[in-house]
Amino acid sequence: MSDRMALAARQPLDAAPAPAPIISISGLTKTYASGLTALKDVSLEIRRGEIFALLGPNGAGKTTLISIVCGLVTPSTGTVLVDGHDIVREYRAARACIGLVPQELHTDMFETVWDTVSFSRSLFGLARDPAYIEEVLKSLSLWEKRKDKIMTLSGGMKRRVLIAKALAHEPKVLFLDEPTAGVDVELRRDMWALVRRLRESGVTIILTTHYIDEAEEMADRIGVIRKGQLIVVEEKTQLMKTLGKKQLTVHLQAPLAAIPAALGDWKLVLNNGGTELEYTFDANEEHMTVPALLRRIVDLGIEFKDLNTRQSTLEEIFVNLVSERR
Amino acid sequence: MSTVIERGGARNETLGFNGRGVLAIYRFEMARFRRTLWQSLATPVITTALYFVVFGSAIGSRMGTIDGVTYGAFIVPGLIMLSVLTESLSNASFGIHMPKFTGTIYEVLSAPISAFEIVLAYVGAAATKSVILGLVILATASLFVPVHVLHPVWMVAYLLLVAAAFSLAGFIIGVWAKGFEELQFVPMLVVTPLTFLGGAFYSIDMLPEPWHTVSLFNPIVYIVSGFRWSFYGTADVGVGVSLAALLVFFLVALALVWWIFRTGYRLKS
Repeated sequence: MSDRMALAARQPLDAAPAPAPIISISGLTKTYASGLTALKDVSLEIRRGEIFALLGPNGAGKTTLISIVCGLVTPSTGTVLVDGHDIVREYRAARACIGLVPQELHTDMFETVWDTVSFSRSLFGLARDPAYIEEVLKSLSLWEKRKDKIMTLSGGMKRRVLIAKALAHEPKVLFLDEPTAGVDVELRRDMWALVRRLRESGVTIILTTHYIDEAEEMADRIGVIRKGQLIVVEEKTQLMKTLGKKQLTVHLQAPLAAIPAALGDWKLVLNNGGTELEYTFDANEEHMTVPALLRRIVDLGIEFKDLNTRQSTLEEIFVNLVSERR
Repeated sequence: MSTVIERGGARNETLGFNGRGVLAIYRFEMARFRRTLWQSLATPVITTALYFVVFGSAIGSRMGTIDGVTYGAFIVPGLIMLSVLTESLSNASFGIHMPKFTGTIYEVLSAPISAFEIVLAYVGAAATKSVILGLVILATASLFVPVHVLHPVWMVAYLLLVAAAFSLAGFIIGVWAKGFEELQFVPMLVVTPLTFLGGAFYSIDMLPEPWHTVSLFNPIVYIVSGFRWSFYGTADVGVGVSLAALLVFFLVALALVWWIFRTGYRLKS
């Protein structure tokens, strides 16, 4: 990512030890004319320069939340500040900070890549700057396609064009609504790399995704929204630490008929015809530790030939979170 | 232009008027006009030529003068109005409906651009196209009949006002329409018949009662009459009444557009 593309958001990062959040959402509610309440009293702060992943099942309110911040949907109650600007009273200043990449591939089919990206820059009130547009297109591998009409591009290229349009006015915040929906694995990896480069340049990224591994791979913090309510907002690592579970599997030399009473303090399960002892524990377990369990097994004369451990994926945590509140 | 957003992090968010944004939309719309220049201009020019062949030469040669104006020359203002009204409606409605249909409207609605600026851009572009078209038809007509414009400044001002008023109406239709059928409904099934019955091809003084009185309830009568006055100095209704009717139409359309953006009607949820 070029220095120019880095300018938009880097300055506040260096300026103060605890900068104000780039987005502050307070008491946000949205009830549509149909009576559907899509958001219920949502409050959230997005930190400058972070990658925030908003997860939730279909219809949870992710897109409504993004659409309100971007000015596409009118909130019923609540306030949203973008870089300190109220999205209603100071909508120009607030929107000038935001780049939006929508979920659907909405593009002007008959325009060339160059023209449509230049249009986006002008629409946001910025003077023409061919050098900057060139940088954006090159960073997205669109330079060779700049004279092509959008209708001739592949789906993946169209997605890149939408990102280029969103970056054309040098936003401080970039919203990516399902950025890799329907794209192939290679392009998905490219997209992830691009998001990382953008973050390194100081742009704050907020993404919604159905692919939990995407959030696990990229996000600094994760918010889970369900039925219009934000049920969890946590650092990804902390979330996986506190809500994630670990599992130890002890592969025994000889099958056991039952779990010995001496191992009753550990929540063990006997699997695979009695040849595997499975111990599920959370990361904060202090007393019933794995070394203590292994010592007890050895003390009991139970021989084992192998051990392996695994940790819950974010997907498992997400599924648990959502299902717990059903 | 007071647009000031500096690049990079040091943005000065004192946007009083997003002139660059307005120009961007205006240029985008005019680019679409240029892409379809052949269809945009050739169709009305050919249609106008056909009108003159049929009404001006074949039928008009057998008719006397109306208020001292030959029939071929008499129908010129009406023909221009017929095209300007329908094209203003069509251009403006298509201009705003297309991004709604394709979904690209998201970009305009999420940009730092006001409702007034959005309308100025779309309606300005649609009105520009209509005025160009009106002038092309006038030039075409002058090839067939001797056209004399008695009040050229009034003619141009009136043409601009009609184009702007009906482009505003077209913008409303474009927002209201859920599909392309509805988009065509008002221009084809409302405005065109009203224009034909609004004195485009005759003076309403030629109509017997009660049709003469009924015609006075047709708003197009006032629009065509006022425009014809700028050409020949004669009108079916007083030119002041025509201007007042047009201004009322313009203000009602403006109020409806204001309401659309205030409520987000069919633009925002």
